[in-house]
Amino acid sequence: MKFSVNWLREWVEADLEPAALAERLTMGGLEVDAVSPAGAALDGVVVARITGTEPHPDADKLQVCEVDCGAEEPVTIVCGAANARPGLTAPLATVGAVLPSGMKIKPAKLRGVASQGMLCSASELALADDAAGLMELPADSIPGQPLSKLLQLDDTCIEIDLTPNRGDCLSIAGIAQDVAALAGGTFKPMTVEPVEPTLEDQREIELTHPDECPRYLGRMVCGIDNRAESPLWMVEKLRRCGLRSIHPVVDVTNYVMLELGQPMHAFDASAIAGPVSVRRAKAGESLQLLDGTDVELTEKLLVITDKDQPVALAGLMGGMGSAVTPDTTDVFFEAAWFDPASIIGRARDLGVHSDAAHRFERGVDPTGQRQAMERATALLLEIAGGACGPVVEAVREAEIPSRPPVTLRRSRLDRLVGLSVDDAQVSRTFSDLGMAVAEVEGGWEVTPPGRRFDIELEVDLIEEVARVYGYDRLHESVPGGDLPPVSIPEAQVPMARIAQVMNEAGVSEVVTYSFRSPEELLPMGVDQPLMLANPLSREMSAMRTSLIPGLLKALEHNQKRQQSRVALFETGRCFLPQADGSVEERDRVAVVAAGRRHPEQWLRSEETLDFFDVKGWLEGLVALSGASADFSFEAGNRAWLHPGQQAEIHRDAEPVGWVGTLHPNWQKKADCRGPVVAFEVDLAAIVGGRVPKAQPVSRYPSIRRDLNVVVNKSVNWRSIQQIVEETVGNLLTSLVVFDEYTGKGIDASQRSLSFGLVMQDQGTTLTDETVDGVMSTVITRLHDQLGAELRG
Amino acid sequence: MEELSELLGDAQAQVAAAADEAQLDAVRVAFLGKSGSLTGLLKSLGKAAPEERRERGQAINRAKGELQQALNERREALASAALEAKLAAETIDVTMPGRQGATGSLHPVTRTLNRITAVLAQMGFEVADGPEVEDDYYNFEALNFPAHHPARAMHDTFYFSDGRLLRTHTSPVQIRAMQRMEPPIRVIAPGKVYRSDSDQTHSPMFHQVEGLLVGENVSMANLKGDLHSFANAFFERDLPIRFRPSYFPFTEPSAELDVLWDQGDGSEPRWLEVLGCGMVHPNVLKAGGIDPDRYTGYAFGMGVERFAMLRYGIRDLRELFDNDLKLLNQFV
Repeated sequence: MKFSVNWLREWVEADLEPAALAERLTMGGLEVDAVSPAGAALDGVVVARITGTEPHPDADKLQVCEVDCGAEEPVTIVCGAANARPGLTAPLATVGAVLPSGMKIKPAKLRGVASQGMLCSASELALADDAAGLMELPADSIPGQPLSKLLQLDDTCIEIDLTPNRGDCLSIAGIAQDVAALAGGTFKPMTVEPVEPTLEDQREIELTHPDECPRYLGRMVCGIDNRAESPLWMVEKLRRCGLRSIHPVVDVTNYVMLELGQPMHAFDASAIAGPVSVRRAKAGESLQLLDGTDVELTEKLLVITDKDQPVALAGLMGGMGSAVTPDTTDVFFEAAWFDPASIIGRARDLGVHSDAAHRFERGVDPTGQRQAMERATALLLEIAGGACGPVVEAVREAEIPSRPPVTLRRSRLDRLVGLSVDDAQVSRTFSDLGMAVAEVEGGWEVTPPGRRFDIELEVDLIEEVARVYGYDRLHESVPGGDLPPVSIPEAQVPMARIAQVMNEAGVSEVVTYSFRSPEELLPMGVDQPLMLANPLSREMSAMRTSLIPGLLKALEHNQKRQQSRVALFETGRCFLPQADGSVEERDRVAVVAAGRRHPEQWLRSEETLDFFDVKGWLEGLVALSGASADFSFEAGNRAWLHPGQQAEIHRDAEPVGWVGTLHPNWQKKADCRGPVVAFEVDLAAIVGGRVPKAQPVSRYPSIRRDLNVVVNKSVNWRSIQQIVEETVGNLLTSLVVFDEYTGKGIDASQRSLSFGLVMQDQGTTLTDETVDGVMSTVITRLHDQLGAELRG
Repeated sequence: MEELSELLGDAQAQVAAAADEAQLDAVRVAFLGKSGSLTGLLKSLGKAAPEERRERGQAINRAKGELQQALNERREALASAALEAKLAAETIDVTMPGRQGATGSLHPVTRTLNRITAVLAQMGFEVADGPEVEDDYYNFEALNFPAHHPARAMHDTFYFSDGRLLRTHTSPVQIRAMQRMEPPIRVIAPGKVYRSDSDQTHSPMFHQVEGLLVGENVSMANLKGDLHSFANAFFERDLPIRFRPSYFPFTEPSAELDVLWDQGDGSEPRWLEVLGCGMVHPNVLKAGGIDPDRYTGYAFGMGVERFAMLRYGIRDLRELFDNDLKLLNQFV
């Protein structure tokens, strides 16, 4: 809502400069977006009257005008405007004036004729966006008077960004009422005298949905001259509120809406036949709106009809068929009240902008229609002449919402605000805001005016007191000790630790969008992800079922920017559609990596990241849980991973994720350079750790024995590990594989593995006999169960 | 006797000429070994006359002693020269860079979230979580958004075909926390939120931290005090702040917290909105199963990206989601 400070001052006496007023508004909850002068300075631009014109001797389109600008002698101005004519009063930029565009007026010769200034259009003075011809000023203006004085340009425009609860401030009157309270001013309500009807013309009005429209006022105004000029003061006020002057009827309805907050509509009476009805539309009906939008009406929409058809969308916009034009002579004025619920969302759904709907959906004073009707009638008669019929009011009082009184307890006010505002100040706040206030036992009873839809509960009144008192004046205190400090669960691995471990491995965090292109998920076999019904684009329409596609995109982005090593991780939520239609949300951590193992440097040769690097990072994460032994890795067979380089991860028997090299086909499809190694694991599996339980430290020496065995390549390390662990049992303190060998001296189907067993007893020194016995059992079992042969 | 002094002179010359331990040892063997020249002289003493024998013997032993000392000195000199040579060979250029592994980085949004959470944890807030796919009840209705209220238009919402939606704010966690817990309640809910809006200053996915405190005597003074402490702790300085009346359906009274921010480019400091807050609306307390007559509460919701941008001087919101290592690596 943009408004003129001068106009506001007609409604409230408040001793505030515009800048101070803006500050007070912002701090009172009406946030000021912009403060701007009502017009350019326009020094040297004066009122002038053309007293005579002659054709220019050398130019068809120019006229040489004799102009009275208040000086003793008339001046000569060469002018190309079509409406330059004797008797016209227009602004003259005299020599020395600087126009808003920066143009400086100098004495000039136009095709040989000297011109001592420039007659101006409204747009040249930045008083309109576009304007054809000279700006026409009232004929009774005094030549020589500075234009800024005539137009009262010593004014400021303030634009406020209203929150949706403050529909009451979508008018000068509403803002004035708030300013009266915020700035300690006096509200000056306007008295509107009824206009006595001189005609009998009227339309019957029928309300078929009184719950949605319980009040509708109509009035005929006939015999107007809608080609008349709207007065300059009105045009200027409209402009300063951001509206353009169209013709008197539209200007009057806009003016009343801005002034009083009541949207009005005017129909061309000759285009609506018979009685007027407010009803729901019927399927199959249609209406072309004033802005040209064609609307297929549905039974949900409330419409205004004549005896035959819809002529307007209630509270939203009139129809093109009954639009008032400059040639209109008879109009039918509408001032109605529509229930917000019947208007809300309609303009948005239909994609139209409507100042009326903007107000009705936030709530318009249900008692203000008659005042608006009388005000509009008087203004129109004054500007465009004509005569009016009686006001016809169709009303269902029972359906008109009332504003019941709300009780405010002093104790509650003090408790919520945290300080005690004195009684008189509380009472005055409400009365300044136009509310009826009565002191009652322990508090106040307050009845808000009809336009304050936001005052329903006690807390709403508390907010009024607090914001008028000033949030900045409220105390600050930190809550006391009645809230005990919270415990921090130690068995839970903090997310920060996970990030830290990844960072230390040289893996950077990324944050990618949760919605992806469905095509990105396809390679992982996901063809029915949860889809947004209204995505920004197809590329952002499917809720991710995995973090990998987003990571791959980030990998590709960085590879295309000459990064030779890209290792990225993300933690975040995946959305897994379930058979019953629900969605399981699962937090995961995932990595993708490709390129150099180490950043380029002189000490290291160029090695490429491989599966074991990434698996190592994952093991680092797993170790955070303090339960590494609960995790197992088994060769997997996911189609979108490298068939020979992937593992399924289980924690106990639960599958919790995978690690592997991307299948080259997918990698190429994702436009990445490979090999790309990745993993994705459920966070819960890693975060769910355990509080460490200390084991006693053995005082006895440990013994290490190394074994070197040859096994078939199909035998994996895990199976060897399991046999060793089972056989050695509690004596085993660590098992480490330190070499793998294939090639010369060993059959091509086999490999040699070297590993060391460290053994220690809690209660005694291990003897060679004991250890030899254990080792020989290990060797026998490895041979019998896995076909392992001792080597060398 | 001349023979002896000639022999000693020869031996000393050879010791001095020995270039390494092996040569030196050869000299020792040649003169002092079992069949060395000096040893030979001693052995031949028996043939000499008795009176000559003592004098000659003393002279030979003196010569042996002198030679042994020369040998020792030469050996020490050679050993120290060898060590010096070895160390010299090991000399490195200490100006070369040290050996490094790669270091990864934390995303600035996460870094900011951690910082916000850590500060609030110090103030006693516990972390709570909720789903990102929400329903209309938790995202709007329970938070006192009347059906079809224009306030909903402030939240451009992503919907699924069955009517569920992506949460537009972290405020639904308020309801879930109140339903789960008994007052006094002190929780924060960091997380992702979504709005169907994408341009230079809007990302369709962003992060918020919700805060909720419910107790028997929670007032606006507490809200102001806590948030002022928070802002000071987060920014590590006492920034001018102001509380400005505003509107959220789920708080009443409602406020925005602005900080006076110096852009550092010589322009006038500007008030920047950093979070919305207010006293929990009685209808919201009721939806959370809490008696609004007995308890009051405050709530706040802050945009994490806004804090990250202010704190780290990131100019363009969209940079946060490009995930370019050149930006990310600045946050190692």
